[in-house]
Amino acid sequence: MLKIKSYVKAESLQQAYELNQKKTAVILGGMVWLKMGNRRVSTAIDLSGLDLCGIQEDPEEFVIGCMTPLHDLEVHPGLLHYTGGAIKECLRHIVGVQFRNCATVGGSIWGRYGFSDVLTLFLAMDTWVELYKGGRIPLSEFVSMEKDRDILLRLIIRKKKTKICYLSQRNTKTDFPVLTCCASKAGENVRTVIGARPGKAMVLQDPEGILKGLCAMDPEKKKDAIHRYSVWTAQNVPVGSNMRGSEEYRTHLVQVLTRRAWTDIGGTVNENGFLA
Amino acid sequence: MKMDFWLNNVHREAEVQPDTLLLDLLRQMGCFSVKRGCETANCGLCTVLLDGRPVLSCSMLALRVQGKKVVTLEGMEKEAQEFGAFLAGEGAEQCGFCNPGFIMNVFAMLKELQDPDEEQIREYLAGNLCRCSGFVGQTRSILKYLRYKQDRKGEYRE
Amino acid sequence: MKYVNHPVPKKDAMALVTGKPVYTDDLAPKDCLVVKLLRSPHPNAWVREIRTEAAKKVEGIVCVLTYQDVPDQRFTIAGQTYPELSPYDRKILDVHLRFAGDPVAIVAGETEAAVDQALAKIKVSYQVEKAVLDMHQAKDNPVLVHPEEDWEAKVPVGADNKRNLAASGDEISGDVDAAFADCAYVVDETYHTKANQQCMMETFRTCCYMDCYGRLNVLTSTQIPFHVRRIVGRALGIPSSKVRVIKPRIGGGFGAKQTAVCEVYPALVTWITGRPSKIVYSRYESLICASPRHEMEVRVKAGADQEGIVKALDIKVLSNTGAYGDHGPTTVGLTGHKALALYRHLQAYHFSYDVVYTNVQASGAYRGYGATQGIFAVESAINELAHQMGMDPVVLREKNMPVEGGPLHGYDGNSPTATSCSLDRCLKRAKEMFHWDERYPSRVMPNGKIRGAGMALALQGSSIACVDVGGATVKLNEDGSYTLSLGCADMGTGCDTILSQMTADCMDTELDNVVVGAVDTDISPYDSGSYASATTYATGNAVLKACSMLREKIQAFGAGMLGLPVEDTMFDGVCVTGQGRQVSLAEIAVQATCGNVQELQATASFSSMISPPPYMAGLAEVEIDPETGSVEVTDYVAVVDCGTPVNPNLARVQTEGGIVQGIGMALTEEVQYTDTGRIRNNSFMQYKIPSRMDVGQIRVEFESSYEQSGPFGAKSIGELVIDTPCPAIADAVYNAVGVRIRELPITPEKIAMGIAKGRQEV
Repeated sequence: MLKIKSYVKAESLQQAYELNQKKTAVILGGMVWLKMGNRRVSTAIDLSGLDLCGIQEDPEEFVIGCMTPLHDLEVHPGLLHYTGGAIKECLRHIVGVQFRNCATVGGSIWGRYGFSDVLTLFLAMDTWVELYKGGRIPLSEFVSMEKDRDILLRLIIRKKKTKICYLSQRNTKTDFPVLTCCASKAGENVRTVIGARPGKAMVLQDPEGILKGLCAMDPEKKKDAIHRYSVWTAQNVPVGSNMRGSEEYRTHLVQVLTRRAWTDIGGTVNENGFLA
Repeated sequence: MKMDFWLNNVHREAEVQPDTLLLDLLRQMGCFSVKRGCETANCGLCTVLLDGRPVLSCSMLALRVQGKKVVTLEGMEKEAQEFGAFLAGEGAEQCGFCNPGFIMNVFAMLKELQDPDEEQIREYLAGNLCRCSGFVGQTRSILKYLRYKQDRKGEYRE
Repeated sequence: MKYVNHPVPKKDAMALVTGKPVYTDDLAPKDCLVVKLLRSPHPNAWVREIRTEAAKKVEGIVCVLTYQDVPDQRFTIAGQTYPELSPYDRKILDVHLRFAGDPVAIVAGETEAAVDQALAKIKVSYQVEKAVLDMHQAKDNPVLVHPEEDWEAKVPVGADNKRNLAASGDEISGDVDAAFADCAYVVDETYHTKANQQCMMETFRTCCYMDCYGRLNVLTSTQIPFHVRRIVGRALGIPSSKVRVIKPRIGGGFGAKQTAVCEVYPALVTWITGRPSKIVYSRYESLICASPRHEMEVRVKAGADQEGIVKALDIKVLSNTGAYGDHGPTTVGLTGHKALALYRHLQAYHFSYDVVYTNVQASGAYRGYGATQGIFAVESAINELAHQMGMDPVVLREKNMPVEGGPLHGYDGNSPTATSCSLDRCLKRAKEMFHWDERYPSRVMPNGKIRGAGMALALQGSSIACVDVGGATVKLNEDGSYTLSLGCADMGTGCDTILSQMTADCMDTELDNVVVGAVDTDISPYDSGSYASATTYATGNAVLKACSMLREKIQAFGAGMLGLPVEDTMFDGVCVTGQGRQVSLAEIAVQATCGNVQELQATASFSSMISPPPYMAGLAEVEIDPETGSVEVTDYVAVVDCGTPVNPNLARVQTEGGIVQGIGMALTEEVQYTDTGRIRNNSFMQYKIPSRMDVGQIRVEFESSYEQSGPFGAKSIGELVIDTPCPAIADAVYNAVGVRIRELPITPEKIAMGIAKGRQEV
């Protein structure tokens, strides 16, 4: 059971930062994960009084406070529009509304969990994190950093003309994913993010240029390119086994989901993306 | 630590530990409708409204509701009776243990969604597990309740 | 009938839907000691040394108990009629720990925090032994789960602790070899089901306190109040007259609470300390040290002649009872007996079984009780047989299923023939509702997904013949109301209500005029409890009997008031009338409280010589994504013959709930172990029961037969309804994508990889 010695509702970021320098201190997110462990916490630091909850949108970017509950993201009209609904598809399977009203986006991203739907989607966009001391850095850089005692304040999504498709495979509708896959295309900038490998989500691009000029291809060529790209992806994503699926099945899924996501983005073939 | 909050529209004070969970505080304060069915935030039995939003009281530190408004099923007895009659009308209340959390989330759903269809209902309530009913009787009761509410609205307009 | 066969709401509904404090932990005294258990991390170990001094010193700790502090006699926690068929193989705490989770010490203290702290301070040195984790290697393994000399099987069930056998048996009828020799088609396959968890929303919990007579009161969430009384008495080594058991509202059971999983621990604490105490199992504990379904491997050989008449069945079962034998010898019987009875033309059958001890969580009773596993295996084999013959599985069933008046081969309910059966109508109606002919075997949807159809039949029992006892007391109160006292346990299913419906109709009164309440072993008439689909049938019959006795008494009393011989009067529920005069029930009720020597109260017991089966046809459609293997049950049609449905709404919800549990068993509920014998699926995060998003359309109808021996023609329904989903879904998956999965659950991975590997058998 989680034990907490003292609770502090931080009055300033500086205070929160200082308290958090102790290894046994913890910054509270939504607590859904924290509570499940047997951690002994010296100081639980609550950021909820620091105006870090909410989503701001302007023509250049979305700025999302770390304390924003996941449910707020999935109903935000701007995010829904920008992601073409991918934000909802990404979040709606996560346990239930009550859970997503507790879990915060900051907690989800900070944890850098292998199973994270949220991380998968955000890595597919031009996302930056704002750290109290570390300042703004790309999310892709943040995910591979060691966890330190800094504080994640905000997520920033820089708007691009982009198309996004989010897919996941789950054994039950509200379970952890067996595999997540998010594809995005901003101009010729191709990103495929594969998560729940079961390791942390990783970003792949298109170094061989298989998808180059995708939108201009005729349907047969497009289908072929997407097929080759999905095979390439499956060969280049290291996956493993856990309770939810074997390495072999995951490799199979990487190819299937990548193909489907790119078929969706490519905008043709048949509607479901099945190979004939 | 001392704290105060609004519990079912009554201002209450409480003495809690830093790690007291809202669920345990609410039961200590006599709100026995709030149940615990798991330790992993999966079952939804402990659902209460916090400033109008459904949350899992099992995953919420009591101290975090300082100054906020918490509503449990005890605070919605009339509404619970009204909707509960539809649930019982299907025989879908069964053992009853999941009912309070489920009903709280039904109320939250009706506040958040306009006239939800079956698919939306299932998605919104997905975090409320039930092992007795197989869910379909619960859905029937919600659809019937919605129709009843719609009809009532019509009556008022006339 | 004004109430029977009508969908009245449950009598306790309003309390439940408004969240009233009616469950064990809501009612527990607020000064209860908190009781928790220290559990073994090893699947097979002995306590070499246990040091509790530091734990005892923690402020607020009242007692720390170890194997040295418990009575030295073995018992079973299986809730069964004495002498139990389950072996006496447990102590409250034992020096030998037989699975990862077996209790090592009991700690009781003023607060949960103190107890947690004390638990961390107990120092145990274990002598770790090699464990038997694979049920295939259990029998005659040199490692014995129960090497102890005082192990005892009270009843000969083929048990032998020196061979790791909790039971074994072999039954043959007819010349099996000859019957198979006559078969043109034979299927011989092995099917494997896992140790599913009941997952009732209210975990196991018990509260105990002493009363003013020095007796131990046990307030507990149980299906078996009277058995708990005996079990606690034996476990504590005290006369069970010292034990009183009270059952309040309970948050689901599904068989889990047919085992006294947690009662003995607070009972011992309260008996020793004299203080009230309670234990509330976490979900974790409810998933690692409770009473799940027996894992079984069932080999089925089924043979049919050229015409599709099933002539012979050979069923060989390996059942894993885990560390203790609770319900081990009894569940396995149903695995063969129920499935065999589904085939009325059998010329011969062979049914053999071993129930083995292993060092994993002990199994128990779960809805279906062995029949579920057997029906999955046999119905799957018969579906495979249909494919081999190129015959529609519905047609094959039409030729072979039980019919009213026809034989029930191998059936254990002492019923050689089907006294009531409308399974033929059930199947016909189900086929119509489902549009089977259009949907079988499969169709490709416009989005590329594939739908397949599958079906299965099932039967279960209605109480254990010649064993189960239903009890009811009906009493006329001063105000003209009736009190119905019951010893069976409403676990949310609504038996308090349906038995009140029967009472109201028997007494020609209003349902609101019948008072019903909690079970109290001091007050309630003896009842073996709510299990084995017994309550509607057995306790229902007791209610009828008691009501009839009370009616006679009321009539005689009224006749006395009128000064008439009883033969000249009649009682219509409102008045006793005769020779143009009448006296009202209200007047009789009042008169009975004044100078009266004739009690207006009747108690009746009922036990049945037969166990008439209810029947069900289940038809499933699944939709499969052939690339990811994702599978959804899009439509499930169930048509049930439970005799007269006493409360059609409650019967429908029973059916829907049972089907969804069956869907969980078929598709998602998995128990996985680590190499060191620990359960990995130890939370709702890892043990995935269906959510409402995982459930498609479910359509239920009733095609009632009339069971002469049942109350108002009723049979049972509670267990039957979980039996068809597994085989129906497994065959629907095969029909959709050609992958035959014989080990549950049928996961997307098994389907997708089966397809990818060229539709091999998985």
